[in-house]
Amino acid sequence: MMMDIKGKVIKYGDSVNTDVIIPSKFLVLIDPKDLAKHAMEGIDPDFSEKVKDRKIIVAGRNFGSGSSREQAPVSLKYAGVQCVLAESFARIFYRNAINIGLPIVECDGISKKVDDGEELEVIPREGLIKNLTKETKLKANPIPDFLLEIMEKGLVEYMKERKVKK
Amino acid sequence: MTEMNIVEKIMARASGKKQVHPGDIIEAKIDKAMMNDITGPLAIEAFREMDGKKVWDKDRAIIVLDHLVPADSAQSANMHKILRDFAVEQDLKYFYDVGRGGVCHQMMMENHAKPGEMIVGADSHTCTYGAVGAFSTGIGSTDIAAVFVTGKLWFKIPKVINIVVKGKLNPPVAPKDLILYTIGQFKADGATYMGVRFAGEVIQNMSVDGRMTLCNMVVEMGAKNGIVEPDDKTAEYLKGRKLVPYEFVKGDADAEYDKTVEYNASKFEPMVACPPSVDNVKPISEIGKVEINQALLGSCTNGRLEDLRIAAGILKGKKVKKSVRALVIPASQDVYQAALREGLLETFVESGVLVCGPNCGPCYGGHLGLLAAGETCVSSTNRNFVGRMGSPKAMVYLASPATVAASAISGRITDPRHLEG
Ligand code: SF4
Repeated sequence: MMMDIKGKVIKYGDSVNTDVIIPSKFLVLIDPKDLAKHAMEGIDPDFSEKVKDRKIIVAGRNFGSGSSREQAPVSLKYAGVQCVLAESFARIFYRNAINIGLPIVECDGISKKVDDGEELEVIPREGLIKNLTKETKLKANPIPDFLLEIMEKGLVEYMKERKVKK
Repeated sequence: MTEMNIVEKIMARASGKKQVHPGDIIEAKIDKAMMNDITGPLAIEAFREMDGKKVWDKDRAIIVLDHLVPADSAQSANMHKILRDFAVEQDLKYFYDVGRGGVCHQMMMENHAKPGEMIVGADSHTCTYGAVGAFSTGIGSTDIAAVFVTGKLWFKIPKVINIVVKGKLNPPVAPKDLILYTIGQFKADGATYMGVRFAGEVIQNMSVDGRMTLCNMVVEMGAKNGIVEPDDKTAEYLKGRKLVPYEFVKGDADAEYDKTVEYNASKFEPMVACPPSVDNVKPISEIGKVEINQALLGSCTNGRLEDLRIAAGILKGKKVKKSVRALVIPASQDVYQAALREGLLETFVESGVLVCGPNCGPCYGGHLGLLAAGETCVSSTNRNFVGRMGSPKAMVYLASPATVAASAISGRITDPRHLEG
């Protein structure tokens, strides 16, 4: 079962693309821990400092647009990001994040209702986001059950279990 | 039964259903799956972690080396080796090694994609193959690993936007200008999760090369796939590439679309996508004086014979301006060879262009022609994000092959209709 997610927010704007999440020159790095060192380097030089005590990214529309590089969600996950919340995601990034087990939740209006540094609790199964700082609740866009299962286990585990069941 | 559009028809077929509706989740059988040297090594790791032993079909699992070709470092050589070893181990029929292939999407279009097929690729511009009436879309490394194991993948049936283009594209106004215009209208997330169908007289009169340019760039407005209904032009192309046998899948005449928009191409002028985003599109008459340091012709968007012919036609007997480096990168060995035979490469070389071997080149910032801080490039490629082609302080303007060639001569972004001398 997925742990509930609790942490402080790092906030970004619209259209954060995969080229800035992990610039191309780092794609030759195969070890996820090496990728993690360069996460968000293209947009935020201070990210590696911020992520030490803030584990939830909140962004605007079209987060993860651009290339299909799975290195983008991988770099965020290994940098310690627990969850990405955005108004909307680019579709390949959405699939990739779920497949590697990085919780990712779409929520209309989130970028207006949450500010940098605030503390959130996210419960993907219930589609619920609690803003602990402002003491408000937000409803996430629903995620189908099989996707929640993949998000909790990662696609690799999911596939293994499915093959065994067959 | 309700009528279905071409995307729904293909997805229904692939999932063994009579009827599908937007929003339905299906599991589809995949006809062909492709990975490249950037997405492949991670995918193979995931394939092994999934306890994958054999790929589901060794004739349909395709690997192309193109992003860092030939290897520019020991690290990329290692990535190539991982894929080469895998191809040998799995006895893959199609492994495109250095010097025997080109850009992955060009390989898929030259040798594999057929109408009505479900094709996935671990690269975002996999949407290109809608040019022959296939459903094709980009996925990531773990997804492609799952496809290599099972030959299947889940999809949500997308809503489809129908773009009808009337009138006539007046050369040198090109398919690239049409798709840049479209992205400027829809913006970077205007078609997120959706399919995009292109129709109308301009599309009917357009070559498959041109249709590839359109379908290639739909991902820049967030779309899942781009598609053109197959017709005589498609049949001619497939015959020429010996892509037989095939079967056309078409949408029903009364099929529904999420929305239909109409453009009249007759009054279009050349378009330019200005930094720092692909949707920052302006007619060329509105961009003012932009000096350039580099002009780049190539990529899966515009590195085909048709593109090279147009550029060579403009460059013939002229010289690239001294302040500009010009690069031409044919999209495949076949394009390279055809351009060689037609004398296009000679024209380029005589003009002072560096002709590179087929690969992705600097398109995504890997190697071969990156930019320094403060430099500007006009490029026939598909992305101009910050840092995409080298320094985050460099600027990339996207334009058609004709605009790139005209700009190489004058040293600033130039309307190919108004090139002096
Ligand atoms: S040419 Fe550019 S856009 Fe096309 S596959 Fe290569 S890097 Fe990607």
